[in-house]
Amino acid sequence: MSKIIELSALELRDAIATGEVSATEATRSYLDAIESLNPKICAYNQVFTEEALQRAEQIDKKRSAGEQLGLLAGLPLAIKDNICTSFGLTTCSSRILDNFRSPYDATVVEKLIEADAIILGKTNMDEFAMGSSTENSAFGITRNPWDTSRVPGGSSGGSAAAVAGRMCVAALGSDTGGSIRQPAAFCGVVGLKPTYGRVSRYGLVAYGSSLDQIGPITRDVKDAALLLEVIAGHDARDSTSVDEPVPNYLAALDDSINKRLRVGIVKEFQHDSIDQEVIDALEKAIEIFDKAGAEIIEVSLPHSRIDIDSAGRITSYAIACYYLIATSEASSNLARYDGVHYGRRTSQKVNDIIELYSKTRAEGFGDEVKRRIMLGTYALSAGYYDAYYLKALKVRRLIKNDFDAAFEKCDVLLCPTAPELAFPIGQKTDDPLKMYLSDVFTIGANLAGIPGISIPVGLSKSNLPLAVQLLANVFDEQTLLQAARVLEQTIGLGQLKPELIEDA
Amino acid sequence: MKQSEINEEFIRHIALISRIELTDEQISRFGKQFADILSYVDMLKELDTDGVEPMAHALDISNVLADDKAGESLSVEKALANAPARLGNLYKVPKVIGESQ
Repeated sequence: MSKIIELSALELRDAIATGEVSATEATRSYLDAIESLNPKICAYNQVFTEEALQRAEQIDKKRSAGEQLGLLAGLPLAIKDNICTSFGLTTCSSRILDNFRSPYDATVVEKLIEADAIILGKTNMDEFAMGSSTENSAFGITRNPWDTSRVPGGSSGGSAAAVAGRMCVAALGSDTGGSIRQPAAFCGVVGLKPTYGRVSRYGLVAYGSSLDQIGPITRDVKDAALLLEVIAGHDARDSTSVDEPVPNYLAALDDSINKRLRVGIVKEFQHDSIDQEVIDALEKAIEIFDKAGAEIIEVSLPHSRIDIDSAGRITSYAIACYYLIATSEASSNLARYDGVHYGRRTSQKVNDIIELYSKTRAEGFGDEVKRRIMLGTYALSAGYYDAYYLKALKVRRLIKNDFDAAFEKCDVLLCPTAPELAFPIGQKTDDPLKMYLSDVFTIGANLAGIPGISIPVGLSKSNLPLAVQLLANVFDEQTLLQAARVLEQTIGLGQLKPELIEDA
Repeated sequence: MKQSEINEEFIRHIALISRIELTDEQISRFGKQFADILSYVDMLKELDTDGVEPMAHALDISNVLADDKAGESLSVEKALANAPARLGNLYKVPKVIGESQ
């Protein structure tokens, strides 16, 4: 049998169920991997060594007692640090929450524990999920296991780097504008953002409430289906979680697709500004679907059109729309950090209540969070609301209508995940707008509420992961996963593995 | 918003209503970045959105109501456990009303 940390979640689960590997052995293997690699990668904010081993022992006892095991029995997982756990800290990689202990578990955490999973730790992220590189963390920059001078993407960079670096078998992230899919692409793993409302957001620290969604980051498509099956479902504690039945996503992957798959290629996403290797990867994926017998259809998303301006920047209505809506929602959501109820409070002397708030927030938030709160506050302020926030909501409708029309003609859309490969640390930190442009292909799914998945399709000349993205209509994760599986199987790469792991 | 209107006073005002104290260095740096971002989002003006229904979220649901009955809620201890300062069962805050008031 291959090394424990090389097994997929499904393989490991089955090995644990048959007794070939114990949950304790699996947990120890991952804890060892974390010990040797995490100092280099900085994927975790916190590791629950003792608790994880105790949990593993419980699972092993449960198995030897012949009790029924959960769907994820014995699987060592990592959780992004904006998902509340009643154990350890939940920091959102922010100074303002650096000592915050959640009084409750997020619904997804309850579900993982109910399914007998083992939580190894909490992963690093861009502060409050605001960023595309995991450089905006108060606790250090996460590095890409494929090239430690490069970013892992973001904001779920810690989760993606932990999965790619074999420091957990799978992880949860959150995706507001691409924060699961883009880091998955940069790290050579699979990242799935479910339909808005598919997974409960109860206990996910809010950033952009109409866009946020929790989803899995895994080594392969089957593992993504397995995790989604566990975390999906209606939750009365999240009024935006939808009461739709949860299909057996994993079993559905073995069903052959009973109709000819229609794969849509977005006309407006073809542009010179995109990295040539990203375009080549997309071409390769198109060819694979074509050979697999899918029908390839050109579709149009006019309001997601990309272009280039005189300053050489990618332009996209979707980006403009997203950054107004996300920041507006953020300015409202993050008003709760007031230095009174929980989180950090300034120790400076204050003369009035505004100073208490303003000094607390100045000390607690990093620059990007400050910028986004301010941008959102401005977009919602008297006199500008109609011109910015309301206008963005109307454009959002136009963008959504385009997707609706596209899904009349096709089952899935195929496009790049990001316009570039993992970029060098520090390359975009001085230019926030440039950083935003990394989300150009992912934000549409958040605005429209549809599911999307990033799948690795190979390596670049410089040995960095290449990926493509598939998008599907609302609540059609089944077709999305089936199409992703077709791609994955045909490419036949198996799990991509960074060299660093051999050195460790 | 014209680029020329994004001056120091403007940034100070937005910082004040955002309840974030900024250093002089941040005011100048954020000012430039704001001008950049606002000029970028201005492209939305090119689109005709007359008569378009604003879309606040992606779901076709509204007014999700819970049954009007008491459920479990956080205990006072748990709710206060993360408070920066407390006094008995209350959040404790510094005196915020000046002598002159």
